[in-house]
Amino acid sequence: MTPGVALGAPSELELSRRAWRQRRARRSTLVALLSTLLFGVVAYLVVTSAPGWPRVRTTFFSPTVAWESMPEIGAGLWLNLQVLLVGGFLVMVVGLLAALTRSLRGPAFAPLRIVATAYVDLFRGIPLIIVLYLVGFGFPALGLQGMPTSPFVLGTAAIVLVYGAYVAEVFRAGIESVHPSQRAAARSLGLNHRQTMRIVVLPQALRTVTPALLNDFVALQKDVGLISVLGAVDAVRSAQILVGQSFNFTPYVVAGLLFVLLAIPSARLADAVTARARRRQQSGSLL
Amino acid sequence: MSEVASSPVGAAPAPVLEVRGVVKAFGDNVVLRGVDLAIGEHQVVALIGGSGSGKSTLLRCASLLETVDDGQVLLDGEDITDPRIDADRVRRRMGVVFQAYNLFPHLSVLDNVTLAPTVVHGRSKGEAREEALALLARIGLSDKADEFPDRLSGGQQQRVAIVRALAVHPRVLLLDEITSALDPELVGEVLAVVREVATQGMTIVMATHEMGFARQVADTVAFLDGGVLLECGPPAQVLGDPVEARTRQFLARVIDAGRL
Repeated sequence: MTPGVALGAPSELELSRRAWRQRRARRSTLVALLSTLLFGVVAYLVVTSAPGWPRVRTTFFSPTVAWESMPEIGAGLWLNLQVLLVGGFLVMVVGLLAALTRSLRGPAFAPLRIVATAYVDLFRGIPLIIVLYLVGFGFPALGLQGMPTSPFVLGTAAIVLVYGAYVAEVFRAGIESVHPSQRAAARSLGLNHRQTMRIVVLPQALRTVTPALLNDFVALQKDVGLISVLGAVDAVRSAQILVGQSFNFTPYVVAGLLFVLLAIPSARLADAVTARARRRQQSGSLL
Repeated sequence: MSEVASSPVGAAPAPVLEVRGVVKAFGDNVVLRGVDLAIGEHQVVALIGGSGSGKSTLLRCASLLETVDDGQVLLDGEDITDPRIDADRVRRRMGVVFQAYNLFPHLSVLDNVTLAPTVVHGRSKGEAREEALALLARIGLSDKADEFPDRLSGGQQQRVAIVRALAVHPRVLLLDEITSALDPELVGEVLAVVREVATQGMTIVMATHEMGFARQVADTVAFLDGGVLLECGPPAQVLGDPVEARTRQFLARVIDAGRL
């Protein structure tokens, strides 16, 4: 925003307006900082003045226990991270396939559509933990040749089944949000259904649903902790073991904080992507 | 023009809307390079010029949809580009009609029109409804009051948009190329509404490509070129006998396209 370059220096008036805006921005920041600080102080005083605080502090916030539990929980978190990355990728694939299948037109595809719809209905309905139990304990019990028994593989599969169903609906909403006129324009150019989807509809749909997908990714980050119910020694499980050994709950707090640290970057990324999408859609600078 | 161009307060009536040296850039693209324009009470000003000449940007700056990068816009003598003013309060005194109608698709025609009077201006539902129905009757759309916008033709939607803007009794009506998205056969019905509103004494600033309409309805025609107000005067002079070579060139091209 430097029109002055082309038109000579800005007028006194404009300079004073800019100065005022800057002052106001600075004041707003200051007010925000002070109110945050005040809130923090009040919250701290309320918690620490509680009668049970000294005991809570030693059982939940013991620095020595926290420090000693760090390596084991960290190693467990590495497992969670692997599940997250592999699972996240597979969730996208499964979700996209289910969404595309559901949006197929024509009577010939009816059976496929029904399968996809049934999958989405089923796995959006069942609680994740039940799917984990059924997949984690049921599949190995079949005793089939080559059936994996590692809780890592089975846990990831269960998570992918459930999150794939959620993400399928996000994708489908995105596909349907692209205005029909776009499809009409593409088809009238001679593109077939597949090309229309791949070249015209999906790129626009993806742009719309990216914030929602990132939100699901953040949710996935903490749900990977649920594979501990299958016996996988992840961050949650190792915290549980440490709590059992020491009768001190600090490892839970440590695991919780580590999950939060894991989630913050993606949450900020989601914010940034959303903000960018909004900027692109909006020409007016004032509304 | 002479009566409104000069002094702020004094003998001549103060202009309703005044633009003083407005500069606006989007990044490196300087769209307005210091535009001056004054619009007196009951005046109808037509902004003409090619695409990208800054007509729409000027209207968007005047309606506070964009911040100016320099200069001032005054509404009834009040500097509305001052960041200290309450922009919402200023916008309440203006009516804006957009090229793409921008009716709210989830509200009926009547609700579109009564929204601002009831929610923003605190008028009673019954009163707002009565006035909205009267306005709709004036543009011949009373029977569409309960329809939703997507059931209306473009021309009908744009007429409703004009009524929606009028329902708040604005000091000035800003029309941003309101017929550019319409079929030629629908342009007439929209312009007829604007003409009627103008004869009722509304102060209007309109960016338009309809030179014939500008000639008939406007008191002043302003020609913008490259973000500069090149020529400003009565329609007969600006459109009939322009001083600037650029204006002549522009008009020649418009005539070639059969639009004048």
